[in-house]
Amino acid sequence: MYKTFHRKKIVVTFFLCIAIFLGLAGRLAYLMVWQSEYYSAKADDLHERERSIKAARGRVLDRNGVVLADNRTVCTVSVIYSQMTDKEGVISMLCKELGLSEEFVRKRVEKFSAIERIKSNVDKETGDRIRAYDMDGVKVDEDYKRYYPFGSLASKVLGFTGSDNQGIIGLEVVYDKYMEGTEGQILTLTDAKGVELEGGGEGRIEPVSGNDLHISMDVNIQTYATQLANQVMETKQADSVSIIVMRVKDGELLAMVNVPEFDLNEPYTLTDTYLYKEIETEVEEYGKTVKKTEKISVSREELTDEEYQDRLNRMWRNGAINDTYEPGSTFKIITAAAGLSEGVVTVNDTFSCPGYVIVEDRKIRCHKVGGHGAENFVQATMNSCNPVFVTVGLRIGAERYYDYFEQFGLIGKTGVDLPGEAATIMHKKDAIGAVELATISFGQSFQITPIQLLTTAASIVNGGTRVTPHFGVKVTDEEGRTIETFRYEQKEDIVSEETSATMRYMLEQVVENGGGKNAYIEGYRIGGKTATSQTLPRGSGKYIASFLGFAPADDPEIVALAIIHHPKGTYYGGQIAAPVVRQLFENILPYLEEIGL
Amino acid sequence: MAGRGKKSRQSQSEYFFDYSLLFIVLFLIGFGLIMIYSTSSYEANLEYGDAAYYLKKQLFSSFLGIGAMFFMALVPYHFWERFAVIGYIVSAILILLVLTPLGRESHGARRWLFVGISVQPAEIAKLGMILFLASFICKMGRKIRTLKGYLTVLAIPMPICIMVWKITDNLSSAIIIFGIAALMLFVSSPDYKKFVITGLAGVAGAAAIVYVIVNAASSDSLSFRGERVLAWLDPEAYASGKGFQTLQALYAIGSGGVFGKGLGQSMQKLGFLPEAQNDMIFSIICEELGLFGAFAIILMFMLLLWRFMVIANNANDLFGALLVVGVLGHIAIQVILNIAVVTNTIPNTGISLPFISYGGSSVMFLLIEIGLVLSVARGIRLKDL
Repeated sequence: MYKTFHRKKIVVTFFLCIAIFLGLAGRLAYLMVWQSEYYSAKADDLHERERSIKAARGRVLDRNGVVLADNRTVCTVSVIYSQMTDKEGVISMLCKELGLSEEFVRKRVEKFSAIERIKSNVDKETGDRIRAYDMDGVKVDEDYKRYYPFGSLASKVLGFTGSDNQGIIGLEVVYDKYMEGTEGQILTLTDAKGVELEGGGEGRIEPVSGNDLHISMDVNIQTYATQLANQVMETKQADSVSIIVMRVKDGELLAMVNVPEFDLNEPYTLTDTYLYKEIETEVEEYGKTVKKTEKISVSREELTDEEYQDRLNRMWRNGAINDTYEPGSTFKIITAAAGLSEGVVTVNDTFSCPGYVIVEDRKIRCHKVGGHGAENFVQATMNSCNPVFVTVGLRIGAERYYDYFEQFGLIGKTGVDLPGEAATIMHKKDAIGAVELATISFGQSFQITPIQLLTTAASIVNGGTRVTPHFGVKVTDEEGRTIETFRYEQKEDIVSEETSATMRYMLEQVVENGGGKNAYIEGYRIGGKTATSQTLPRGSGKYIASFLGFAPADDPEIVALAIIHHPKGTYYGGQIAAPVVRQLFENILPYLEEIGL
Repeated sequence: MAGRGKKSRQSQSEYFFDYSLLFIVLFLIGFGLIMIYSTSSYEANLEYGDAAYYLKKQLFSSFLGIGAMFFMALVPYHFWERFAVIGYIVSAILILLVLTPLGRESHGARRWLFVGISVQPAEIAKLGMILFLASFICKMGRKIRTLKGYLTVLAIPMPICIMVWKITDNLSSAIIIFGIAALMLFVSSPDYKKFVITGLAGVAGAAAIVYVIVNAASSDSLSFRGERVLAWLDPEAYASGKGFQTLQALYAIGSGGVFGKGLGQSMQKLGFLPEAQNDMIFSIICEELGLFGAFAIILMFMLLLWRFMVIANNANDLFGALLVVGVLGHIAIQVILNIAVVTNTIPNTGISLPFISYGGSSVMFLLIEIGLVLSVARGIRLKDL
């Protein structure tokens, strides 16, 4: 019964099976050798949990390498429930080191969770001490926190960052992508439920630190200008004071002060100035009931969230760039330069000022009620005589004047490397009639930013090169290698060298013998122009006093603009703003010579 | 067959005991226990608070099985021939019993009978089918060479297969039972042509089914087996559904590489791969022991089949040989299908890896079958070898 063919078939069956086994072995080899990399990567993806490591943000350094914005290491202390072996020990240690109540710590330590945060923003020394206990289940993670060593210095220029390492205002926003760096990752193995495995080994992708930003600010000049601004704000009980100092020839900003500043390390704490509520009251005035808003001081708790946010935005505002104002007499620099370029006036032209000038049906008064009498153009500039400048403006004509406006770069923005620059608010070209032209000629009926005025004036006296004001100079990596040097646009010949020289001469005369004599410094050649403008609406009794000065007058290197908003008492620019610039120059001109700027 | 009873009383040394086969089986069981502990300890600890939970259960079944194996080895295999018909009927009854309150459900399928321990009637049916067919084919004699005989043998397992498939919802066991029968038929018939034709027809039929499923307008109307076919063709497109387990198995296999991550170092067993200690255990072996470990296990199974072949070819009679061929078919089919499933060579279906996968009734009945084979081997006189 049992035949040979049975045996043969059994052998065939066996080899058939072996053949299939070998086929499957081949399939395995394909999966485990050729496809291994692909599936391994997929599997790792599945098993690894990523935790990001913050990258150190690049620092901000001034022109001399002084650090203005830095990072401080802070720690976050957490506990991992499943890993703690001595819970009581952990509780008493954390209470002692972190100064927390036992109740608070116990609640968190005994909470059954994957990881429980006890405290963040713990300083590094405390974090190191806690780590030194080496207790099971206690985790100390390091983190970076932005730190500004100078506190409130140049707060509105530097800006600050949010919790996600992102710039919120100022240079921190503009140069964010250079400074932010690249986050690193900690890869931890987890099981299917996401529970981290002990001894699973951690993979790390190191974070890449951000690059350092070098700015043209000089911390000494900035500090001194801030002191002066605070001083004058206090003595004149002004609302705010702005001072900008710029290099005339390349637009590098050396200082930009907007007092009151705020503490960059506490950017969400409102300063006293901004802790107010506006109350509408009805007041009897001239027999009429008038609605008036009054500011009353309140505490943070009394502000609604909306009001709080509004006050923060006001506090963070950089007035020198974000706000426009009527420049007033400092704008006569532009009218004079346009008149000289157009050839409608020369320095020796004589005028007569009766104390007013009639344009169409309007009578525009000079600030000197009795009039300046006979005067040449230089004297008229020294006297800041409105009728003369109205006359010059009318001689130029609306069309040409508007062309100069454009040529000087006054339409639009300066392109400064700070966020939120406001554009010039100007009449439409075809809406400029004689009256508008007359008021524009002495700096009224339109608005520009302080930085725009400063830049235009600098460009007129530097030989006619329109510069772009800026802080950013270059970016370097951790080792100090330069990554990028910033270049800024320049526009040549907005006025001729000859006109520029004439302007320098006239403006020096203003300081030597004219309205700007309060800015005169023995042994230095200073040029400048004062201004006193009324805040709109007219008749509010509020003034803006300003002075624009540059030095040396024959070959200007630096230009400074001081603007005092709403001073009490004397409000003339020549009286209160010019001395600020004088004090500034007295100190910084020798300093600049010393450091060879 | 003549004189068998007399010979068995003679000195043992004259007769053959296949220690190689015993060693291979014990090795596979031991290795399986290690791998069960490795794959299940993490989950077992989480779920039962005892890392050795699955290991202990399997160890118990293995000891029972080894006892049964030695008992089977000592009993002359012809003793069982008289139970062939009863075995067939009992198999059918046991499958039906799953429908009674004795039946137990697990993993969404009602496949188990609980009589003190849980038993899969399908496992009993495999053994029953081997015994019944071996006896039946011997009785058929030359009639098996006719077409009628051929079709009769093919028809015999059908009722059981359909019951296993439809009642216990276990298509893979049904396929295995049918496969065993087909293999026994192949060995007992001198013909090749019929088998080649039947085989080709089977392959063509499978291809046609796959073709129809792939071209079905909407996968919504497909049964879950239809979707399994689609998931087989592109597991990544069904990553969260039917392709999930397959994909996880491929991750495990692929990430093992040539030398593996080391014993106990599998990541996929940490809850990622469902049934890691069961049907998918081979992929964890690949992950931990690498291509070399996988090849070693395949080699062990080849050696096992080789022992079966040697024993079958030297068996005293056709009945003994067919019993061994049935066991060979059972184990070979399961190993092939299991490895093919985990490597996504065929669509996913639940088949355990003999001796290694976790599963009490599976290992017990396999050991009983090995006992049967050892018994056939003992009938061989050494001088015949």
